[in-house]
Parts: sequence; C-alpha cells; structure tokens
Amino acid sequence: MIPGFGLSLGVTVTILSLIVVIPLCSLVIFSAQLSFADFIKTITSERVLASYKVSFLTALIASLINAGMGLIIAWVLVRYQFPGKRIMDGMIEIPFALPTAVAGISLTHMTVDNGWVGGFFAKFGIHIAYTRVGITLALVFIGIPFVVRSVQPVLEKIDVQYEEAASIMGASRIYTFRRVIMPEIMPALVAGFTMAFARSLGEYGSVVFIAGNTPFYTEITPLLIMSKLQEYDYASATSIALVMLAAAFLILFISAVVQSRTSKIVSGIQ
Amino acid sequence: MNQRNDSGAVKWLLIVVSAAFLIVMLVLPLIYVLITAFREGIQPFLAAVTDQYALKSIQLTLEATVFAVITNTIFGLFAAWCITKFNFKGKKIISTLIDLPLTVSPIIAGLIFVLTYGRQSILYPYLKSAHISIIYAVPGIVMATIFVTFPFISRELIPVLTAQGTDEEEAAALMGAGGWTIFRRVTFPHIKWAFLYGIVLCSARAMGEFGAVSVLSGHLRGKTNTMPLYIELLYQGYDFTGAFAISSILVVMAIIILILRSVLEYRGKKNEE
Amino acid sequence: MEHTYYVEMRDVNKSFGSFQASKDINFGIEKGKLIGLLGPSGSGKTTILRMLAGLETADTGDIIIDGKIVNDVPASKRGIGFVFQSYALFRYLTVYENVAFGLKVQKWPKEKVRERVTEMLELVGLTGLEKRYPNQLSGGQRQRIAFARALAPQPQLLLLDEPFAAVDAKVRQELRSWLREMISSVGVTSIFVTHDQDEAIEVADEIIITNQGRIEQIGTPKDIYKQPVTPFVAQFIGQSSIVEHFQRFAGFEHANDAATYAVVRPEYVSVTKKKEYVRYPIHTEEGIVEQTAFRGSEIELKIRVKDAVIKANRLLDDEPVSVGETVNVFIYRVYAFDDTKAYVIENNALANPNSVII
Repeated sequence: MIPGFGLSLGVTVTILSLIVVIPLCSLVIFSAQLSFADFIKTITSERVLASYKVSFLTALIASLINAGMGLIIAWVLVRYQFPGKRIMDGMIEIPFALPTAVAGISLTHMTVDNGWVGGFFAKFGIHIAYTRVGITLALVFIGIPFVVRSVQPVLEKIDVQYEEAASIMGASRIYTFRRVIMPEIMPALVAGFTMAFARSLGEYGSVVFIAGNTPFYTEITPLLIMSKLQEYDYASATSIALVMLAAAFLILFISAVVQSRTSKIVSGIQ
Repeated sequence: MNQRNDSGAVKWLLIVVSAAFLIVMLVLPLIYVLITAFREGIQPFLAAVTDQYALKSIQLTLEATVFAVITNTIFGLFAAWCITKFNFKGKKIISTLIDLPLTVSPIIAGLIFVLTYGRQSILYPYLKSAHISIIYAVPGIVMATIFVTFPFISRELIPVLTAQGTDEEEAAALMGAGGWTIFRRVTFPHIKWAFLYGIVLCSARAMGEFGAVSVLSGHLRGKTNTMPLYIELLYQGYDFTGAFAISSILVVMAIIILILRSVLEYRGKKNEE
Repeated sequence: MEHTYYVEMRDVNKSFGSFQASKDINFGIEKGKLIGLLGPSGSGKTTILRMLAGLETADTGDIIIDGKIVNDVPASKRGIGFVFQSYALFRYLTVYENVAFGLKVQKWPKEKVRERVTEMLELVGLTGLEKRYPNQLSGGQRQRIAFARALAPQPQLLLLDEPFAAVDAKVRQELRSWLREMISSVGVTSIFVTHDQDEAIEVADEIIITNQGRIEQIGTPKDIYKQPVTPFVAQFIGQSSIVEHFQRFAGFEHANDAATYAVVRPEYVSVTKKKEYVRYPIHTEEGIVEQTAFRGSEIELKIRVKDAVIKANRLLDDEPVSVGETVNVFIYRVYAFDDTKAYVIENNALANPNSVII
C-alpha cells in the first residue's frame, strides 16, 4: 500500500499536540481550578453582561446585513456579465488580505466626527466612530466574504432547469426565487451567516479602535478579556473566555443542525 | 428569452448596489490608508517607515510569518497526506482539531498560550530555571501566529487530495516507488496550486494577526512589536501619519496577495481541467 | 386542401453564435398524436423542443400552436407541460408541493388544487407519497412525478426532453409502455426527444428525424424503417453496414448506376452453411465469416463478401458457423443512396418471382 503512514501520522500528531492540544489542555486544567462561585460571579457581573449584549447585538446586526448584501453580491457575481466583474470578485477578499488592525484604524479615522465619512454623517447627528454603529460597521467589513464565498459556489451549481420548469408553469421571477432558489441556497446562506457571526463575536483587531471601549456602551467581550489579562487577572479572563467559547460552539452546533436537516431532504434519508 | 437573465433594470440595480457597497465598505478603507500615509508628503512617510522601531517591527513580522509558513507547510503536507491517503481511527478528531483555531477568537488564542507558558503554569518554574521566556517575548508571538494560521495550508490541500483519490499513489506503490518519489512525482503536481494558494493565505493572515499577538507581546517597543502592534502604538500616540505609513506597507502587501490569489486560483482551476 | 395541424413550425431557423442549431425547420403535428424527435446528439432536436416550449426564441420563422402564432408568447402562457431530462423536480418541495406548483402559481382555489393533485397522483399510481421529498423516490417514481407535475395544469401540449435518459435500462422498458398508455389515456398531444431509435420506434406514432440541424424525414416508424428517404436515415436506423458498388452483388446487377452506396441491414440478409439448401442459387453470394459474436438471442456475424464486410445474424438454435468458414449469403434488399436520396432495391430473385419456377 501507500507508504508513509507512520511518519505522516507521527508528524501530524506531534505538531498538532504542541500547537493546539497542549494549549487547549492548559485551558481545561486552569478552568478546573476555578471556583464555581467565582466563575458565576465573574461571568454575571454587570459590566460583563453588558459586554455580551454589545458583542451579541452588533455581531447579529452586522451578520444580518452581511447575509443580505452577501446574497445580492453572490447573485450579481454568478448571474450577470458586466465589465469589472473579475475585479469585483477580487474585492471580496480584501478583508481576508488586509490586516484587521489596519482596517480598524482606517475605518476609525474615516468615521470620526471630523473625518471624511464621519463629518458627513455628523451633520445629521449620526455618530459612527466610538458608538455601536461603528462596531457594527467594522464587523460588516470583516464578515462579508464569509457569506459571499459560501453562497457563490452553490448558486453556480443550481441547474437552470429548475427555473425553466417554474417559468413554464407560470411562476414569476420573484415566486421562483422564493420557492425554488431560496431553499437551494438556504443551507449555504445559513453557513455563511453563522461563520460571519461566530467570527464577529470574537473579532478584536478591527473593532478595538472604532469601539472607543466605553464600559457598558461600546465594550465588547474580547476587549474585556484583554483588559483582565493586562491586570493579570487570569481567572476572570478565563471565565469570560469559556462563555465565549461556549457561545461559539453553540452557534456552530445550531448551524450544523440546520445543515443536516436540509441535507437530509436532499440525500433522501428520512 | 433566457430564463437566467433578469430584466435590464433589476440587473443593473443589483450590480450598482453591490458595487457601491463593496467600494464604500472594502475599497475605500484601503485607499484611505494610502492617501493618509502620504498626506503630509513623502518625507514624513519615509521618516516613519525608516524609524528604527518601525524597521524592528517589520523584521519581527517577517520572522513570525516565515516561522508560521514553514511550520504550517510541514504540518499541512503531512497532515493532508495522512488524512487523505489512509483510513484510521481518530481521523475525524484530528480534522476537527486542525480546524479548531479558526473558530477560536484571537484573544482566546492568546489567552491559552498565556495559561500554558505564563506565571501560573506548571511549566513556568522549568522555563524560568532554563532561562526561556515565551510569554511577552518573541517565541510567544511566533507560537500565537502559528496557532491562528494553523489550518490554512492543510485546509487547501485536503479537498484537492480527497477529490484526487488514492488510485494513482497505489499504482505507483505497486510499481515499487518509495514514499518520497510518489509524493514528488504523483501527488505534488495535483496540489501544486492549492499549496501555493495556502501559503499565500497563511502569509496574509500571519502578517496581519493582531489580537493573539497583542495578548502575548507585552508591547515592548522594538522588542516584541510586530507591524500591527506598532501601528496600534503609533495610532494611540496620535501619530497618525506614522500609523498610516506603516499601514500602507501592509496595504501594498494585501494588494499583492489579492493579485497572487486570483492568479493562483485561476491556475488551479486550469490545472483541474 | 390544407391539413389542420395542432402544432406547426414554419421555416424556423436558430443559431447560437456561429453554430446553426436549426435550419429551415418545417413540420406539422396533428392533435392527439405522440411524436418522437429522433436524432444523434447535437442534431438540433432539443433546440426544436425548447423553441416550442418558449425556452428559446427562433431567429426566423413561425411557431404555431392551436392555430395561433406563439413566437412572442412567453413560455408560461403557451399552455404546455414540460418534462425535463433530469426532471428538475424541486428538491426542497414535497411531492405534493411539486405537483401543485403550477396550480398554485395559476391561483387555483385550494380545494381544487388538492383534488387535482390527488387525481394526478392516482393517475401515475403514486398515491400515498405526497409527503415525500423527490430524493426519497426511485428514478422511476421521480419520472412519474415529473410527468404528473407537467400534466397537472391541464396543458394542451406535453413536451418531454429525453424522458427515459435518467433511469436505468430495466426501468426504462417498463416506463416506455407506461408512458405510451398514459399519454393515450389523457389524450394530450405530446412530443418527446430521444437519441434511442428503439425508443422512438416503440413509443411514437410518428417520428421526426433530425440531423445537423435539419429535419431528414417525418413519418410513421414503419415508413421510416422501410422507406428511408435520405442516406442519413438509411444509415441511422437499424444495425446497418454500408457497401460500395452494390451492383456487383448477385441479384442487384439490374439496379441503376446512379446510386453507388447501399445500406445492408442484417435483418435482410440470410446466411446459410454450404451444405444447407439454397433457394435462389444464382442470386446468392459466397462469403467468408470474419467474426462471430454472441448477442443474447442471436449470433452476430461479420462476413466478407467480395471485398465488403456485411453484418448478419443467425439464430442460436441454428447450426453454428465458425470464423474462416465459407457460407452462402443471400441479400433480400438494400437501401441504395446517392448524395440526397435513398431508394429501396429488392434482390432480383424477389423482384422477379418467375425466375425461381423452372
């Protein structure tokens, strides 16, 4: 048979252990030493609860915007021919290629009340930088490629026959989209949405500059972990981190359930 | 009447909405960096990027990136080989663990390294007596960078190798070819473009990593500041020109990466056909 | 007196870029008929079907359905049902919702929709599967659902694109006769596309043969089989071999010289061993067996006669012939053709019955 099993497994497991498993184990070991009462007290303190709310709300709104815009952009990129299409396709990757800190300072500097963009909105009394609007904006920036790249390949694969069949039977474009195309791309859209959402919850670099970090108002949970760490309060930092990890896994779990439900319909298993 | 075409009005409306969104949300921040970097002319820009701390940060970023790419390349190739060419117990666990760093917030990534090598760790006394410092030092930064970019290369390779199957390798093995020969002559040509693509993604993320590195650096200017950390330092010190000047280097890198990406993706698609 | 056709195409042309998919298409179909559009792949048969459906527009010419020119009528208003090659059943809708789709779109009242769907599922024999999803059905069941969905809105014309291509060979046979009965019981004018001549011959009332964008011949299966009018049809239908200068074969010396090629079909060739009785000795050739192959119910032979190779069959029960053996070959008839036309030419022994009574 093919050679190299022992060697490749050995190298894989060794590096995996050093980089991922051992650090994770130390998280588990350290968590086990936390006192339960302190844990509960830390994660339910008012400031921490407020940070969950900020993180959750901004991440949710940003991901919803991304789901909508991502769907439109994926549709445009798959279905239409127009000049500049390839460039537009390349633009989608900017958030993956541009360091988050750079995006963060750029967005902040643009949207402060005397900045290029912020100045315009400030006239109408809308403030972007150092508000939740600013956090949402940064999360929209980092989340958009997840949705587009998730929906695009699925949309490409939809057989044109479905739409032809619907149109012969007299369905309008909108009805066809709603009843025939939407169910096809829904799993991918949900996957893209959850990836963007999970990423947004944990995002730090692009948000920390624009958030202004006012406790109870624009303090996100990752930032709170960061400040606990800077105070060498490892117990609190770890407690809050565990809540965040739990939330991330819960989101991914829900997404997986949704995916498997729809894939059952497609694979024909009851 | 082609059923796939919407009427002209709907089509152009959607194109314009998409283009406007992307230009405002994604392209504008990128261009803004370049403009702001040169707003006060070329002289302040040059001064900012040739500052000794700036040069130090560029050097550290390059170091961390090189380490991350090398480690993840070795890991990616072996892991992809072992996962796609063999069946064994625990395969699912390994693939789940490989992807795990993607779902973990960068701050938490930093945290777990602090817990592993920091003052409260059981390893700490040994590290101290051996005079090895990891936390708030270069090794910590390198490790965090490796962690956050960990799956980038293997994730590109695994799907390609899965699609390719094991027939060709088995045929080569039956004819007596050794492991290295099989890999070089049979397997590698299939994964060449995906592999390069993975390296590009890995470098991009490694250069730009902020959160995890931020936790581990301790912000020692000139010693443990990578470019993104140095940018933060300058920005918070209200040295906007300096911050945007260093940023502009990363923006140019990002643009190069985007171009490389689209070239590699195109070559990869052609390779499959 | 002009025929009253239900569906008609007049001088239709269609190009995709530089590729001309349809050239001067003219045909008419009577109401209630089941028509097979037969041709090799790329011959333009699917384009014809899609133009009838309104999924493609003709560049020139008229498409007429039920006396009205429908060139500018959108697909949804033409009153047609369409069964797609891979059925295009909506994967995320149940069987019930799939069949009801067209009715709901046309705003049928709920009660009527229920009645009609129930009726359709009864018709295709799949009552009780309403709540299933398409991927929980077998290939044959999916085909029936696609058929029910197309027929539910009571179309006047049913179009089927390679309706049996996606099911396996065993089910295909069963579905063919089922479809034939179903269509005649519903009484809807139907056109189906196929590349399988057996399918067309078995199922269709009339066959339209296409080749390279043109219609080669229109006729009943029997006409097409027995009286091919073009060289293409002569070669395309049946398992044939083509011979040059067929006039050199015994029994065909009388044929005129205009046609130099002829199609010889195995069913019109009789092969006998040297010792067996020969009925028309002077009209029989000798040949050498080059190849024998077992084909289930028959033995297929390739026999060299003069310098041509002819395919022929012998029954399993006949005494076997072996490779290299010299045998008698009697050719009953050939389809001779020149560049544009095909003719049937009988062996002189049969054309002139007196010659055998000596």
